[in-house]
Amino acid sequence: MPLNENGEYRPLIVAFCCNWCSYAGADLAGNNRLSYPADVKIIRVPCSCRVNPTFVLRAFQRGADGVILCGCHPGDCHYTSGNYYTRRRMALLFSMLDYLGIEKERTRVEWVSAAEGAKFASTMNDFCKTVAALGESKRLEDLRCKK
Amino acid sequence: MQEITRDQLLRKAKELLQNGTVDRVMGWKKGEFDYDLTPAVFKTEGDLSEFVYSDFCGANFSKYLVSETRADGKVLVFLKPCDTYSFNQLLTEHRFDREKVYAVGIPCDGMLDASKIRAAAGDFTTVTAHGDKLIVKTLFDGEVEADRNAFLPDRCVNCKSKKHVCYDELLGTDGEVLDSHRFDEVEKLESMTADERFAFWQGELSRCIRCNACRDVCPACTCEKCVFDNPKSGVENKAAADSFEEKMFHIIRAFHVAGRCTDCGECSRVCPQHIPLHPLNRKFIKDINTFYGAYQAGEEVGTRAPLTNYSKTDIEPKDAAERGKTHA
Ligand code: SF4
Ligand code: SF4
Ligand code: FES
Repeated sequence: MPLNENGEYRPLIVAFCCNWCSYAGADLAGNNRLSYPADVKIIRVPCSCRVNPTFVLRAFQRGADGVILCGCHPGDCHYTSGNYYTRRRMALLFSMLDYLGIEKERTRVEWVSAAEGAKFASTMNDFCKTVAALGESKRLEDLRCKK
Repeated sequence: MQEITRDQLLRKAKELLQNGTVDRVMGWKKGEFDYDLTPAVFKTEGDLSEFVYSDFCGANFSKYLVSETRADGKVLVFLKPCDTYSFNQLLTEHRFDREKVYAVGIPCDGMLDASKIRAAAGDFTTVTAHGDKLIVKTLFDGEVEADRNAFLPDRCVNCKSKKHVCYDELLGTDGEVLDSHRFDEVEKLESMTADERFAFWQGELSRCIRCNACRDVCPACTCEKCVFDNPKSGVENKAAADSFEEKMFHIIRAFHVAGRCTDCGECSRVCPQHIPLHPLNRKFIKDINTFYGAYQAGEEVGTRAPLTNYSKTDIEPKDAAERGKTHA
């Protein structure tokens, strides 16, 4: 189990970031030297609504402890309405995952614009902390994917 | 006891065949035992001698119409109230040609669940209904009398509607949309802790043998090519090799019918492992009702499914899991 220098659990986080806002937000966080845990693995997607529910499940299968989706603020999607669909889809999916016993704190949707580098960093810090407190996620894990 | 008898259905079928309204009749044929009836298509009046109708005619015929209407001519189909929702939903999704179907609505007093009877009375051969009483002829203990209501499948206990939402002709009397307790089970699960919920689902879903019957029977699952048949999906047709695959399958199956499930209960009925699948579908139905306003797929033709729609003021996902429970 990977631990940080304080002996706390370092969770593996998968962050799906839309190309037009949140990925740029992450970039800005970097440019501004705002730190967030290296445990966040960013996957760039053209739009938040590109994220098929299977991607989220797959991330957990391959050992993610938490999955976060970031997209443009509602109303600002580069493709006009993509994130409105994301919002419905993920509200239902995350509620279902919680219903199956995959704690709702392990999943999150956050709207981060290209100008919100600080928000990106603080969101990731906060999400990592929350997931770290829950510990490893084994409930959707596939043993064959264990390194 | 059903209001409509075999004779009435037969008479109607013969009449419609004779006057040329329909060319084929969908109905039921006897299986190995009285209680395992098989859906069948009858082409002539002579064939109809094999037509049966009893308390075990639970199959939802709506989905059969997708393939049945590919042939020329018109087909007669008998629909219980709950089947008409699926019928409408398939029409909404343009899955068959309405012109090729003659739909006769039949009232339903709830069907019987053979496995419940077997659990209570042991192996049996025939069941005859006398009002609210059943005479069960068992293999070893002779005849047993039982209360009919004790053997309704869960879906009929919590029937959502005795009202037909669509038909060309109605036999018997139409009922009302019911105030059912179909979300009770969902609420019970929601009130558990995440650990308890996980333990419950782990116990249920790990019994899945991936026969895909729940998918095959579902009137909302009508894709010609299913994601589960794709060897690259990682969850294609095979017995679960580990705990992940069955969960992945069940989450995706339920998600694919979210907002389109007519709550017909067929998935739970056909599962050879008796896995309660309706609490998965009903969780989505309940959440959709709570988040986006009351919606029942199949109530009307042509409605826009909640997941192909949005509003600018929709609930944020982070509030959803909580709100799903409190606003029950
Ligand atoms: S998911 Fe089950 S209850 Fe819903 S439409 Fe399909 S078979 Fe019927
Ligand atoms: S019908 Fe039952 S056993 Fe078959 S795939 Fe569905 S849940 Fe699994
Ligand atoms: S482009 Fe950012 S959410 Fe659609």
